Amino acid sequence: MAERTAEKLIVNPIDCEGHGACAELLPELIAMDEWGYPIVDSRPLPPGLERHAKAAVSACPTLALRLLRAEGDRLRR
Amino acid sequence: MTEQTMTELPRLLPASPDGRQVQDLHAHLSRYGRLPYRERTGTLIHDLEAAGLTGRGGAAFPVHRKLTAVYEAADQRRRPPVVIANGAESEPASDKDATLLWLAPHLVLDGLQLVAEAVGADTAILYTHADRSNDVGRRLRNAVAEREAVTLDRVPVQLAEAPPRFLSGQETALINHLSGGPSVPTFIPPRPTERGYNGAPTLVQNVETLAHLALIARRGPRWFRAVGTADEPGSMLATIRRADGQPRITEVPLGMPLKELIGDVRPDQAVLLGGYHGTWISGQHAATLTLDNAALATAGARVGAGIVITLPADRCGLVETANVVRYLALESAGQCGPCLNGLPRMAAAFAELARGRARPQTRADLERWCGLVAGRGACHHPDGTANLVRSALITFAAEVDRHAKGRCGAASTAANPRASAKPFLPIPKTTARTEDDWT
Amino acid sequence: MWYASRSTGVVLLVLLTLVMLLGLLVTRQGRLPGLPKFAVTGLHRNLSLVAVAFLLMHVLTAVFDGYVHIPLTAAVIPLTSSYERLWLGLGAVALDLMLATIVTSLLRRHLSRKVWRGIHLTAYVSWPVAWVHSVWAGKDLQHGILLVLAVACLLAVFAGVIWRLASAARDVPRAERVNLLMAAVHHRSAAHDRDRERTAAR
Repeated sequence: MAERTAEKLIVNPIDCEGHGACAELLPELIAMDEWGYPIVDSRPLPPGLERHAKAAVSACPTLALRLLRAEGDRLRR
Repeated sequence: MTEQTMTELPRLLPASPDGRQVQDLHAHLSRYGRLPYRERTGTLIHDLEAAGLTGRGGAAFPVHRKLTAVYEAADQRRRPPVVIANGAESEPASDKDATLLWLAPHLVLDGLQLVAEAVGADTAILYTHADRSNDVGRRLRNAVAEREAVTLDRVPVQLAEAPPRFLSGQETALINHLSGGPSVPTFIPPRPTERGYNGAPTLVQNVETLAHLALIARRGPRWFRAVGTADEPGSMLATIRRADGQPRITEVPLGMPLKELIGDVRPDQAVLLGGYHGTWISGQHAATLTLDNAALATAGARVGAGIVITLPADRCGLVETANVVRYLALESAGQCGPCLNGLPRMAAAFAELARGRARPQTRADLERWCGLVAGRGACHHPDGTANLVRSALITFAAEVDRHAKGRCGAASTAANPRASAKPFLPIPKTTARTEDDWT
Repeated sequence: MWYASRSTGVVLLVLLTLVMLLGLLVTRQGRLPGLPKFAVTGLHRNLSLVAVAFLLMHVLTAVFDGYVHIPLTAAVIPLTSSYERLWLGLGAVALDLMLATIVTSLLRRHLSRKVWRGIHLTAYVSWPVAWVHSVWAGKDLQHGILLVLAVACLLAVFAGVIWRLASAARDVPRAERVNLLMAAVHHRSAAHDRDRERTAAR
């Protein structure tokens, strides 16, 4: 039973410019493709990674990486 | 109404064998009856749910759910919604929407008014491509004028023109363009039903969907379900192109055996289902399938916008597909890294296969790129392209080997003049060179 | 305390210069040798927060020093100080813009991209204004080694901006990216074909 709703990571591929900071900070969930763009695991965030996920979101210079509540489409504010 | 008339087709297209019968407003109302405004909210949505109408633009999304989403978003945000009839049929292999707008524009316009009423919209737009002769545009303007003359429409209809790009008919791209931006997709979230045209909750429906809706409103859900399957009811317009080359638009019930649509094909002849984002399958396999998503899913295909094309025996599937993949790559919006990088490389690799110049890693590269681009763009353009490529690699596997040995299974060879003729699968000229081409 | 204000001011100028240069690096996806990619944005952000601390000390030591009367409001409202009205006023302008930039960046997730970016771009105004304030509000940076430092900061930011603009000018506009890449892979493919023919011919 979760007190918080599960969250998931999504990347806006239009805003993403392939800076690559996210993959460095969250290699468990974000890998880089051969062109420098992130392959994001968008399943609900495993426990313990929330802090790192927030750091990755924070590090994105274009704010392309976002944390979303898993069942909805609303951006987590 | 007798059982005979309930299951009689066509429903949307004129019954007259002379398809050029002009559908003026009077003829339209005589044939179909008056436009049945509901006056009470919710009743149309209820009927649409009972009818099980799904979108006929390719995605097959349940119409009642879209209407409900827009209605609720408008209610919650206290913002009047917008309804848009999407007639921007950008798929080169499809002609059904243009045909419908030409032959039955009033059905589409009726549907547009009914959804506007159902969601409480104050703005209605009909979005179409400019056609070469401007005849369709003129007919639509006349149709709108006829309705204005008798104040039939409660929400005035604006006609808007789509740029000649493959992605122009994509839902977020068309909203972006109408809102003053370029005709390229935007990221979801937010959904258009929540925040679309100029930020308002927006309903986008394919013109054919609206035409069906206009008839369901008159004849009821049971009538609609009299044809089709239980899970996928109703009829749809299909663009059928047999090996003789000419595309025909026919209205068919969902669940119709493909055999009846494609006629006699050799087992090894290939069939393309669903257009340029669709799936190649063998004629043999196609003859066992029916035109509904449940059956086609077993072949990795979808009904999509109802396009069924049989490749003639004297045409090479690899060459035709290479042309299409090149076109699809050029039509990328270029906004998303995976699509921008993947599609041109896929196009070049596929061309190598078609020319028989593939290197050992070409095939592996192609498979890897298909996997890399799918699901990683803001729209489904890369997914659809990857789907086409993968199905071609499977269906034309033997042909790939033949080409590698310098041969070709198509009856014509490079020496044959036919081979340098126009491609069988139509490729529009693409000219995206400046930002203006997108606006 | 007066000396504290002057010395924190010098450190602040150096910090803000570094923040500017790092910011320029971020926009062009540049890297600092030996450091991971996230270090560029990370340093840019962290140094700007350190700069805020120094900014606070710089302002408070100036206000609470008895040597000259400067009301606290003069730090945020330009041209309200009787001491060095213009130069201090410029400092207030720089402070206002800088705080706006930092606050909007902390609240980035809740703002539209256009708003955040618009305010962030004021850094191109607030930095030169801060520099002018630094050199003319006191006499420290007008002689000796501190003058060299001030000029070095100016040249560094100037060079950085030129580099950033030149680099961006080489970017390909969206509508042309697809065509460019298509042409590039086509050439590569054709080159492969030629190689194959050459090896086959041997």
